[in-house]
Amino acid sequence: MQSQATYNYKVVRQFAVMTVIWGIVGMTVGVFIAAQLVWPELNVVEYLSYGRLRPLHTNAVIFAFGGCALFATSYYCVQRTSHVTLFAPALAAFTFWGWQVVIVLAALSLPLGFTQAKEYAELEWPIDILITLVWVSYAVVFFGTLVKRTVSHIYVANWFFGGFILTVAVLHLVNSAAIPVFAEGMLSPKSYSAYAGVQDAMIQWWYGHNAVGFFLTAGFLGMMYYFVPKQAGRPVYSYRLSVVHFWALIFTYMWAGPHHLHYTALPDWTQSVGMVFSLILLAPSWGGMINGIMTLSGAWHKLRDDPILKFMITSLSFYGMSTFEGPMMGIKTVNALSHYTDWTVGHVHSGALGWVAMISIGCIYYLLPRLFGKAEMASKKLIEVHFWIATIGIVLYIASMWIAGVMQGLMWRATNVDGTLTYSFVESVKATYPFWTIRLLGGVLFLSGMFIMAFNMFKTIAGGKSVNAPVLAAAGAH
Amino acid sequence: MESLYILIPLSLAVVFLIAVIFWWSLRSGQYEDMEGPGYRILMDDDHPPIRPAARPNPVAIDNRPDDKSG
Repeated sequence: MQSQATYNYKVVRQFAVMTVIWGIVGMTVGVFIAAQLVWPELNVVEYLSYGRLRPLHTNAVIFAFGGCALFATSYYCVQRTSHVTLFAPALAAFTFWGWQVVIVLAALSLPLGFTQAKEYAELEWPIDILITLVWVSYAVVFFGTLVKRTVSHIYVANWFFGGFILTVAVLHLVNSAAIPVFAEGMLSPKSYSAYAGVQDAMIQWWYGHNAVGFFLTAGFLGMMYYFVPKQAGRPVYSYRLSVVHFWALIFTYMWAGPHHLHYTALPDWTQSVGMVFSLILLAPSWGGMINGIMTLSGAWHKLRDDPILKFMITSLSFYGMSTFEGPMMGIKTVNALSHYTDWTVGHVHSGALGWVAMISIGCIYYLLPRLFGKAEMASKKLIEVHFWIATIGIVLYIASMWIAGVMQGLMWRATNVDGTLTYSFVESVKATYPFWTIRLLGGVLFLSGMFIMAFNMFKTIAGGKSVNAPVLAAAGAH
Repeated sequence: MESLYILIPLSLAVVFLIAVIFWWSLRSGQYEDMEGPGYRILMDDDHPPIRPAARPNPVAIDNRPDDKSG
């Protein structure tokens, strides 16, 4: 049973290719600012100074690389599992071009110094409005496709994607609320946050943590629940657990934000609530991680010669690691040591490189041949090389940051018998140099892996042609 | 902590919305089959059609559910 209609692969293809391009851009900026920490002389002009490039790096890797990966995989998954083509294809095309414009505007405005100074939400108000338009269109396309599905069941991955889309909309609207200063004009946008002082900090980290929880976790769990079973050729270990995982995560994630503000002006009880909810989160996180990894149960041999599966399963191991580390760092006494140190940076990258980037890379390798009418990627060997380079890069990165972070924390709190501080701050900076160098090396390795991926991608595209698969009637629907 | 006057009602509203969606999903029979959906996505063969001559590796485009696809 085959209809004439085809799935909308075009927008998936566009987002998939841009995932790799933006990954290289964002990680190059990351490597550059890591080098600036080792060689401060690299801060040559204000436009390329650490303070301006660091938000560019975070925005580029989270929203450009991660965002494009999420758009590509969610559009693919929702079509294939709903057995219909995308709802409102013109709007879907708008999400692609709109999102690219947002990214380019970010790449221009951040180095020029336009910022709202809110972490992961630095972009000024005109760009925020464009983000809102793109996001609403994304929601319309995604949920519209779900509504016109020809199968009654909504596959669990779509629940994760849907939760991510809705929550990010709420987060963005509340946190980016600001009063624009029109006198400055559209070309030099300026605004003041709608909130002040500790209120602003609380809103910011309610946003910041849920951005991690929904943008960087729920969305990528959606990828995991669709692409890991597809690549492994086995159903998810426990479908029931995946449903429990979704609802548990959705109901409990919202309150962990205050753990970013331990020992600040935030009331103690709020900090404690944040800490308790962070600890609770360990349960759904590990439930999902185990569910994903155990999908391979009874077929572990597939890991030996399938580098795409290696990416996916390793990403889940890093997901498990960082979701264990996170709640631990959310405990006030641990946080007293870890806060403001490079340990936090290491933790973020164990999640960002290990979990988010590796699952995205695995999914993009899965998608590319299917989108360009090929049986597989141009070179399987290069995927394998990419996997090992990336893994070694991550390990160097996070291990050096762990050591640096604990060292910094211990140096900052060390006191002499007379109560004075044992070390000045600059001594801790000096002691960190070797670790920053190792981190730079880790970053360079990870970035080289992305270049290998781009080469492999272009070779695959060169030998193939764009295809749009026909919409097939659902198995079991007849 | 005036920000909590926004965040708490907002979170309660969101939780209420989530609860409604959860209730709908229960009542509409989304969870009646907790095995089939996992297998159904595997039956959806998403390999591009490739001419037999161009097949580098026949196993790679086999669509048996329990076979690696890549």
